[in-house]
This record gives sequence, structure tokens and C-alpha cells, in this order.
Amino acid sequence: MNDLLILNGRVIDPANDIDTHQSLLILNGKVAALGAEADAKAPSDVKKIDAKGLVVCPGLLDIHVHFREPGQSAKETIETGTRAAAQGGFTTVVCMPNTNPAIDSPGTVALIQDKVEKSAVIHVYTTGAITKGIAGEELAPIGSLHGAGVVAITDDGRCVQNNDLMRRACEYAKMFDLPIMDHCQDYDLVGKGVMHEGHWSNVMGLPSWPAAGEEVIVARNIQLAELTGTHIHCQHMSSAGAVKLIREAKDKGIPISGEACAHHFTLTDAALAGSNEFWPVDGKGLLDVIKMDYERPEWENYNTLFKMNPPLRSGADRDAVLKGVADGTLEILASDHAPHCAYEKETEFDTAPFGITGLETELALGVMRLYQTGMMSLSELIRRWTVTPAKLVRLDKGTLSIGAAGDVTIFDPDEEWIYDRMKTPSKATNSPFHGWPLKGRNKYTVVNGKVIFGN
Amino acid sequence: MSWNRKHLLDIYSLSKEEILTVLDTAKGFKQVGRRSIKKVPALRGKTVVNLFVEPSTRTRVSFELAAQRLNADIINFTAEASSFKKGETLKDTIRNLEALTADIVIIRHSSAGAAHFLSRVVESSIVNAGDGAHSHPTQALLDLYTMREKKGDLQGKEVTILGDILFSRVARSNIWGLQKLGARVTLCGPPTLVPKSLESMGCKVTYDVKEALSNADIINLLRIQHERQQHSMFPSLGEYSKLFGLNQERLAWLKPDAMIMHPGPINRGVEIESEIADSERSVVLEQVTNGLAVRMAVLFLVSGGKVASLEQKMGDVN
Repeated sequence: MNDLLILNGRVIDPANDIDTHQSLLILNGKVAALGAEADAKAPSDVKKIDAKGLVVCPGLLDIHVHFREPGQSAKETIETGTRAAAQGGFTTVVCMPNTNPAIDSPGTVALIQDKVEKSAVIHVYTTGAITKGIAGEELAPIGSLHGAGVVAITDDGRCVQNNDLMRRACEYAKMFDLPIMDHCQDYDLVGKGVMHEGHWSNVMGLPSWPAAGEEVIVARNIQLAELTGTHIHCQHMSSAGAVKLIREAKDKGIPISGEACAHHFTLTDAALAGSNEFWPVDGKGLLDVIKMDYERPEWENYNTLFKMNPPLRSGADRDAVLKGVADGTLEILASDHAPHCAYEKETEFDTAPFGITGLETELALGVMRLYQTGMMSLSELIRRWTVTPAKLVRLDKGTLSIGAAGDVTIFDPDEEWIYDRMKTPSKATNSPFHGWPLKGRNKYTVVNGKVIFGN
Repeated sequence: MSWNRKHLLDIYSLSKEEILTVLDTAKGFKQVGRRSIKKVPALRGKTVVNLFVEPSTRTRVSFELAAQRLNADIINFTAEASSFKKGETLKDTIRNLEALTADIVIIRHSSAGAAHFLSRVVESSIVNAGDGAHSHPTQALLDLYTMREKKGDLQGKEVTILGDILFSRVARSNIWGLQKLGARVTLCGPPTLVPKSLESMGCKVTYDVKEALSNADIINLLRIQHERQQHSMFPSLGEYSKLFGLNQERLAWLKPDAMIMHPGPINRGVEIESEIADSERSVVLEQVTNGLAVRMAVLFLVSGGKVASLEQKMGDVN
């Protein structure tokens, strides 16, 4: 039976404006009662979790993950990816379509749903492609993809360069109330860039691209969202200019939103030059919230674990992304969990694939950088992983309302721990946060009333 | 004299003392080149691999001769003839070379950081012979050697680097080396190839050629990599030459004793007028000669050679 009584926790449910120490009861996999009623209604033999000192919140959503099925199961599978998500405190994820083949047909969506049915330990939804083969040339069968159950369309991993095609996608998707997500980058400005254009690319001699390469497309998306009235969600924002553009567009009421990843509000391009260059300037104060004894993490220059797309940018960009999350400009937090095989990353910087894993570190980095520093309340922070992403992809998730699915994340916002990238259920270990002291740790992940992870 | 490094990867991480150790060591090796028997047994029994994943002639030949003069066994391994075309990774290639007991691997690669990467996956010493637009440390060291030989102490000297800076590993290495030895560096060229942001490296950036040339004690002209950049970085070689090429008119702006350098290969008539390249102001061929001595010094030092024992080893052949 999927019954569970969670006692003594601080229940935070931003959807219902709840932040109280009380009990939470799940019966038959659904939220049944809160507070005294929960205690009263609980069957005598019910499974219990004592959440004293812990936060009990709706199961977290991460609407930006790459689980690599079909076609790249050496990197990750739906089974291993969902186990990593469960360990990190996530109960619902949305997969990106840059698989092999790309998710651009109902058949591929059905294949994923079948895999999910058989092997996923959490809820998994998928996006579909905007264009066939995410090639940016002709529209994918968006109506059929919608019919098959995709929750949004995006060419993530790629960006539709043709402005007219993007406009038509927006107009067409509106008929199905499908949101559009976009990986914002202008290929002419990006060129062969593998890092941010700035002081450190001057020093390191790596091909680089300017923040303007992202901002040009964010500006384009704002214009098209205004023109068509279709909501466009700008994925993984990395630059101060992009945050500013989104803030201004939202003030005008244009249907646009922005997403932030933990690495973009924590690290900077100095990290590519090695820990010796990162800590004295951009890393200063970063670990001040940690009270336990720890060894400061060290890494070498040209380390491909710091290579992702969009790249880590300057300290000012990093700080603007952080502020954008705090003030609600970037109302969604996501990992862009991008697993790769170890051998693929053990290569020259130019040729290594873009991307890092993130499902197991994003909760802690968010808590550390936004809550422990006093920039956000826990309730507002949790909102970024619950109410706002659920609303964007039109899922009835991210709430502890009576009758909602019994998806719960129980975490300790004050626990300090050292992240070890080798201790992961994911197939991949490509995280730059190896050996980092973190603050905030998932303790239990509950899906439909069943405890699928306990720490 | 100080040198405890197993690898030579870049100039950025070297101290002034380490740079001077290489240059002083090279002085001894330059003498060897003037003898009738130009060999010393400093690396006898050692195996050196020239791993050139990006095409190069002068650097490869210079390293090859340097290794031979030190009595090392040398193998040349170039991309065309190699397993890269069969899909082998760089890591696997170098581990194979290591299994063949390579003591020193000299790497030329189109990707910045390739030498650093290799230094972390094998036990052999790695010498960077140019990695993408990042570093070309032996070029910088031979340039510094030539400057010091001609101009003495570089403290307070004005050095102008003119041309393609953005894509140049020679510029990136020279900038750090010169600054560590106390010289002041001015960069000049079109803004597309010399963005103002390069001032973050501590240099001055100017688009006024007259200013850049007339203040300089040393002018280092860099090759325009026109095969890659024409059309997007500047309109034509003719326009580049007109705006930035060193011609007779501009030569008159130079200080009387200003020295002209070029790492080669030269595009005659583009960055420099042909007659100027061949004039006594130009030290282009001396740079090549000094490059051999500097590379001998580098191979000697990374193999663990101690400067004190050098005199004795050189004596062995006499």
C-alpha cells in the first residue's frame, strides 16, 4: 500500500502558501491530509518517516534533463537517470529531444514511454522536437507529438536559426497550447566557440563566443513571443544581458520565461583556467556558508568537466543569473543534466562533448547559493522547482494540495556534506563539483507515496 | 639557476628565474653549434618523439635537429601517417608512445590545452610545440633569447607586436614572457584581430600604427593567417598591407636601432616589404638559429639535466 505518514517536518508548499511544522499523510499514493487531521486519519500500522529538522515539500521537478534514450544508452538510460534524479530529490523530469534519433515522431515518444513504464523510478515526461531531426529546416509533426503526449517542443542541444521557421512553430504550437523551449544561441556568433569570450579566453587561447551570441536569440524570442502570443521559455540563461532582456520583456507582459542552472550561478570562466585562478577571485566567499572542516577542491586548467553549453561566463554574468533567480526573472531552476561517458570527456578540450551532470548537486547548490546566503526564502526557492516549472509544462504537479499525487521531497537545508561524483546511480560521472563541500541535502524522495530513495 | 619542471607546457606558469635558466642554458648550446662536431651526449640513450598532429615544418625540423645534437633517438609521428585518421584518441596514441618508452614527447596540436592534457595522462615529459591559439613556449623563448642577445636586459624595453594577435599562440606566449622579463608590450593590428579586450593581459592595444612603431625598441611582426581569415576578419590582404604592413615609409618612423623580428613563415609584401625582411634590421634567420639552441636547452632541462653537469657533458665530446 502506498500509504505514508511524514511526521514533525517543516511542510513548505508554495502552491498553497503553506510553511508550517506539521504532519503530512499520503493514502493510496495521494496527499490525504495535513496537520492534526493527518495524525488522526493515519492508519495505526502506517509507514512513518520522522522528518524532525527537515523540510517536507512537493516532489521537485527538473524540466531540463538528457536521459539519452533512445540511441545513446552508454551515456545514460531512463533507469539510471531517474535513479540519479531520485537521489537528488526530484520526482518529475522532462527529457530533451536531442537523442538518436531525435524525438521528432510519435513512435519515438511511444518508445520512451514504454521505457519509462518499464524502468523509471520517478515520473518522466518528454519534449518533442520543433524541427525534423532537430535540423532547423522544417517543422516536426508538432500536432502528432502533442497527441503522443509531449509536454513542450524544443530543439534543445540546437537552436532554430531561421527566424521565420521559429515564428511558424510558435503560431502552430499555440493551437495545442504547447509551450516552446529554446536553447538560445546564434550560430554565426558562436562559431567554433567552446568557452566564454573574455579575459580567460584571451589567456587560454580557446575558441570563444560572446554573451551576445545568447542575447541575440533571447531578443529574437521576445519579439516572436510578442508577435505570436505563444509562450517561449529561454533555457539555461548564462549572461547578464539575457537576464536583463527577459526582465524588461516580462515587465511589458510578453509571454517569456527564463531558466537557470546551478553551474551558471556558481562557477565562472575562471574555473577553466584551474582552481588556482578560480578561488582567489571568482571563488572568493563562495564556500563561506560551510561551517565544517573541508579541503578546498582543486582541479587543473583545461578540465573538460567545466565544458558545457552555454559556457560558464564572467563573474558579473554569474552574479546576474543568481540575482535573476532571486527576483523571479528566471523563475525556473533546472540541471541540464547532460551525462557523457568518461572516455568522451578524457580528450582535448575542443573535441570533448559539452555538458555536465547535475541532478544530484542542484538542490544543494540552490540551497547554498540562494537560501543560505539570505537571498531567498526556502518557500520561494522551492517554488522555482515546483509551481513554476509545473505551470510551464501544464502538469498537475509540484503541490501538496489534498488529492495531488503523493510526490514528496524531504531535505535537510543545513546538512553539510562532500559530493563524490563516483558515488552515483547515474552511468556518468562528468560533474565539475567533485569534492565540493555542499550545504543542503536530499534525505527522502517519495513518489506516489512510495519511498524510492532514503538517505 | 632553477628548473624542476618535468614538462614545458606554456610561458604563463613559468617564473622569471625559470625563463632565465632556459635562456642561459641555451647560451651554452649555441656554442656547440659553432663547433665542427656539433653533438653532445646530453640525451644519449633517451627517446624523443615528435608528435605533430598539426602540420609544421620549421618547428618540427628544429626539434628534430635539437634532439639529434643531444644524441637522443628521435621518432617523427605526424597526423597524416598516423592512427588519428583511423579514429584513435589522442590519449590512446600517447599511451602507446609511452609504452614504447618515449622519455620526451614534443606535441604540436590544433587544440589549446592539448599539451596540458597529455601531461596528465602519461609519465613522459611533454614539451609543447604549439597548442591551438594558446601557447608556443619555445618560440617565445627563442624570441626572448634573440632580444636579450641583441638588446641586453629587457627591463623597461618597449616591444610592439603587430598583426594577428587573437589567433596567435606566438603572441600569447611572447606577451607573458616579455612582461615577466620587465618589457612593456604594445599590440597593434585591425580590431578584429587585436580586440581592445586583450588589454586584460596587461598590454597596451592601439590601432595607430605610427604610435605603435615609433615607440618600439623591438617590433615583432606576426604572420597574417590569410588562408583562414580573409573575408571575415579584414577585407583583403592588399588593404591589410596598406594599413599595417611594414613598408619603407613606416620604416622611417622606427627608432634608428629598433630591431625587426618575425616568427615565420613570412608573407612577403603583406606584413613586411620584401627588402625590409632581408635587411640588416631584421633578425629573422638568427631567430631560427637561436631556436635550435633554445630547444636543445629545453629538451635537456625537462629530461632532468642539471645545469652544473652541462659543462662536463659538453666536454665529453671534445
